[in-house]
Amino acid sequence: MTAPAPALRLRDLAVAHGGRVLFTGLDLTLPAGVFSVLLGSSGVGKTSLLRVIAGLDRPAVGTVAADDGAPLAGRVAWMGQRDLLQPWARVIDNVMLGDRLRGRRPDRDRAAELLRRMGLADRLAALPAELSGGMRQRVALARTLYEDRPVVLMDEPFSALDSATRARMQDLAAETLHGRTVVLITHDPLEACRLGQEILLMAGDPVRVAGIAVPEGAVPRPADEESVLHAQGVLLRRMLDAAGP
Amino acid sequence: MSMRRIAGRLGRLVGTLCGLGLLWWGIVRLGGVPPYLLPPPGAVGRALWAQRGLLAGAAGTTLLETVSGLLLGTLGGGVLALLMMASAPVRRWMMPLVLLSQAVPVFALAPLLVLWFGFGIASKVVMAVLVIFFPITSSFFDGLRRTPPGWLDLARSMDARPGLVLLRLRLPAALPAFASGLRVAAAIAPLGAVVGEWVGASSGLGFLMQTANTRFETDLMFAALLVLATMTVLLWWGVDRALARMLYWVPDDRSD
Repeated sequence: MTAPAPALRLRDLAVAHGGRVLFTGLDLTLPAGVFSVLLGSSGVGKTSLLRVIAGLDRPAVGTVAADDGAPLAGRVAWMGQRDLLQPWARVIDNVMLGDRLRGRRPDRDRAAELLRRMGLADRLAALPAELSGGMRQRVALARTLYEDRPVVLMDEPFSALDSATRARMQDLAAETLHGRTVVLITHDPLEACRLGQEILLMAGDPVRVAGIAVPEGAVPRPADEESVLHAQGVLLRRMLDAAGP
Repeated sequence: MSMRRIAGRLGRLVGTLCGLGLLWWGIVRLGGVPPYLLPPPGAVGRALWAQRGLLAGAAGTTLLETVSGLLLGTLGGGVLALLMMASAPVRRWMMPLVLLSQAVPVFALAPLLVLWFGFGIASKVVMAVLVIFFPITSSFFDGLRRTPPGWLDLARSMDARPGLVLLRLRLPAALPAFASGLRVAAAIAPLGAVVGEWVGASSGLGFLMQTANTRFETDLMFAALLVLATMTVLLWWGVDRALARMLYWVPDDRSD
């Protein structure tokens, strides 16, 4: 990785979506170089918050800044809920999309190396339609890594995958994104407990963000470990309580 | 496509044509319609064979006009749609003109166009371009505007250059919509050319039909009509197949 990963400071943030104010007065620091997992049920405003951090939408009020004082623009990679692969482009060209859209010479060797790390060394020339859902999501992860940005924002990137494929993707993401400031959104408590080095629960109306005790051990934590299973249960209970009867 | 499928498709085509021919023959025979109003299929068949040289020459002219019109209209409409997407002023000024090209009936314009561009093929090419300009431009422009928002978000997060987003994201994403416009254009472009020929020309299927009509050579006129219809179907089919091949990534779930 080229640049050191900054922490993200959200100050007095208010976010609206479609004319509805989702939350106001949000103060939050997402620590540098670790996985922060934002957990919450659907519709609570996780995606809107992530889009504001990514600079895709403007906040109604407040600021998002890096703690090193330098602007965030150009230092953030974003991975959406869907793989967003271009169906007409070969796998390797999809990985190099960023350079192709910036008008820079794509680094074919680096793209191939990233795909090899994703276990897709023999699928460089395949079209996205020829791949399974898990493979497509691995290509999207390779494309995110190709951007080589110190901050990576992920919006439920594995939610459409089956459990085993999802677990493998979590391992791969933890391994390859190590050392970056990652903000991962999910509605899956197990995912939060496996990957979170900081776990934040978004719940309530108006929405509050609460820090949750993080299970021990380095990420990715095994899904069958006692502390992970326990933390998952606690998280689910809190999500249920927050949702009301 | 398997041989059985091809055979099945051919069988249906032959069946439909035989059915129509039979109906036609029945109406002439049983209805007592005089041949100068509706010639029997046999007479049309004989005219088709007897005048094959004349018909082939006329079809060649019409085909040349149609294909030239298609190429020019597609190029012009495609470039205009891209310009309208790239620049708001172009969009505001040109959209009404694009609409106008569809609102003005070409039948009304045809005599003028022949005056302006002469009796040769130029005026017919212009007619064909006018007829297809709207479906081409509007379908392509629509496609360019409807790029899935997720892709555009991704591009923004990558600090993409707007020109390259248009070229490498919006353009390929719009090609399926563009292809729909092109299919429509392939089906109606011959119409534009024939209308032009009808008004003033020295060759072409429209010209042939018009002269045959005034001489009450209804069988020849029907033969020309048959050639025109066949040509249009083949042109559409060729364009359709070429597009399906070029848009290899678009799911084509036609069952037959």
